[in-house]
Amino acid sequence: MQILQLLLSGIAQGCIYGLIALGFVLIYKATETVSFAQGELMMLGAFCAFAGMSLFGLPFWLAALLAVGAMVAFGVLLELVVIRPILGQPQFSIVMLTIGIGYVARGLVTMIPGIGTETHTLPVPYKDQIWKLGELVVNLEQLAIIAATAVLCGLLFAMFRYSKLGIAMQASSQNQLAAYYMGIPVKRLNGLVWGLAAAVAAIAGMLLAPITFVHANMGFIGLKAFPAAVVGGFGSLPGAIVGGLVIGIVESFAGFYLPDGFKDTAPYIVVLVMLMVKPNGLFGEKLRKKV
Amino acid sequence: MRYIFKTSYTQDIDLARHGGHVFWYSLLGVALIAAPWVVPEYWLAQLTFVLIYGIVGLGLMLLAGFTGQFSIGHAAFLGTGAYTQAVLSNMGVPFPVALVAAAALSAAVGVVVALPALRVKGIYLGIATLAFGFIVEEVFARWESVTGGNSGLHVKSASLFGWELNSSESFYMVCLIVAVLCTLAILNLLRSPTGRAFVAIRDSEISAQSMGIHLARYKTMSFAISAALAGLGGALYAHKLSFISPDQFSILQSIDLLLLVVIGGLGSVHGAFLGAIFLIAMPQLIASAKDWLPEAIGQAPGLQGLVYGLVLIAFVLFEPLGLYGRWLKVRTWLQLFPFYRRGLFKRQKSFTKSDRLR
Repeated sequence: MQILQLLLSGIAQGCIYGLIALGFVLIYKATETVSFAQGELMMLGAFCAFAGMSLFGLPFWLAALLAVGAMVAFGVLLELVVIRPILGQPQFSIVMLTIGIGYVARGLVTMIPGIGTETHTLPVPYKDQIWKLGELVVNLEQLAIIAATAVLCGLLFAMFRYSKLGIAMQASSQNQLAAYYMGIPVKRLNGLVWGLAAAVAAIAGMLLAPITFVHANMGFIGLKAFPAAVVGGFGSLPGAIVGGLVIGIVESFAGFYLPDGFKDTAPYIVVLVMLMVKPNGLFGEKLRKKV
Repeated sequence: MRYIFKTSYTQDIDLARHGGHVFWYSLLGVALIAAPWVVPEYWLAQLTFVLIYGIVGLGLMLLAGFTGQFSIGHAAFLGTGAYTQAVLSNMGVPFPVALVAAAALSAAVGVVVALPALRVKGIYLGIATLAFGFIVEEVFARWESVTGGNSGLHVKSASLFGWELNSSESFYMVCLIVAVLCTLAILNLLRSPTGRAFVAIRDSEISAQSMGIHLARYKTMSFAISAALAGLGGALYAHKLSFISPDQFSILQSIDLLLLVVIGGLGSVHGAFLGAIFLIAMPQLIASAKDWLPEAIGQAPGLQGLVYGLVLIAFVLFEPLGLYGRWLKVRTWLQLFPFYRRGLFKRQKSFTKSDRLR
């Protein structure tokens, strides 16, 4: 029972990592850049939902929908204003740029008087509800995370598989220049990919909020999603979710069975081992640059 | 416009290209040596920090700016150096010996990191170093018998041949000497075949490889030298602060160091020191600007992060060569005086070059 319980909480946590990692991978696949601001986008999403619920008194579902919409707009805008001008520059400058965006987002949120520096609870309808299945205690918040992740993955899969937009995104991620020649509006798609990544991050933020509260530094969890993305293979969407689950479960078990301090470092130990054993991750393709 | 008339081949690799260099750097040297007698105590302490961060920045500049391998866990090397120095000098080991030991241990740790890093590149390398940084920070916090854990560790003041370096003037002098030696070492390294190999790796790994450069060896070497410099800086940092704790070597410190090299100007030795000046001066500027700003903005805790972020974004977008690049433009403008064209330093448009070719 103990093991099942740990497994459940690990999976729930892993789903969050997986969702944030999904954002990295979406952006990486589309524009071959890595966004270090993903955790901050998640934080902004959670704050949007919180603002909608507490300031405007909206019901949860409406607030969640509005937050996702706002984050899509924010992501598209971000791509348009700061990312697009430096696409094609070395990867390092884009990494630094997104770190800068993260700083700005965190700084701006803490500057909101009265709200930014406090921690808040997101009053979701399923707060603090518990199901008992025999000895297993199922927290409804964790169940919601798992269910929402599954639904989201299904939607994304369907989008990339069947919709014209998703197929165009795949095409532009495989070869941008060829996609241009085929008449795919690559620039607009890149904007949409950032919007999509921001939306996924916002959903992750709202799912995480009932467990860890909403506060300005919740974005640091994004740093644990990097190991998830790497374990899954940086360019693979299902890999991101699987990687997130692996990291979440390892973390949960390490926190229980290993001495203090291993809980926080377990993801990083896993990723270092992974990079040594299989640098391309579980689902990554082995590709080498050719001349 | 200055024309250098070269009469021998060695002039190509001279450290000082012309008389102007000799004059201005001598002037800078004299000013730095005279500083303890001229500058007030507080500013001398800040200057010491600039020198210390400059040393660390030199290390990261060599790795990120000249070898093209970026590390998001450099605070780990800084911490390794700082803790080594702290533990050794508390045991009574003489200062220079402890300094060398700190650099050597950091270099050894750097080699250990470089081993997995050899198989990965680009963003994977960044994440590997990030992971390593987190693990090292946790080690500092948990290995209480040596590091004192989260409660931190006091560091005795340095002593050199029975001469206590407890005044800020004498410690400033030590930092100055170490910084000058490190800068000269890096400048010399960069004009040697090893340095040329680093730059070749940065520009294109594949062409470097086909020119007969042993990638693994040179990358490891770059990591080791970079870590050693960070360790040296860390050792001086420990003495200067006289108290160290694990949270001084967190991911935020690593990002600050990256900020230093990017804002200073990637790929320039000047940039390391310009970036260090920025990193030390910025909090002071923000603090002094607080009085001018309205209460709601000035007193907000997030102001510093916001300003850092905006400055970083502005530099990446508009001045990718950093402060040193800006200086180059100003200098060129002065040299060419009426003939400077606006497009002279314009960045070329480029496509995203995929690494994912099959």
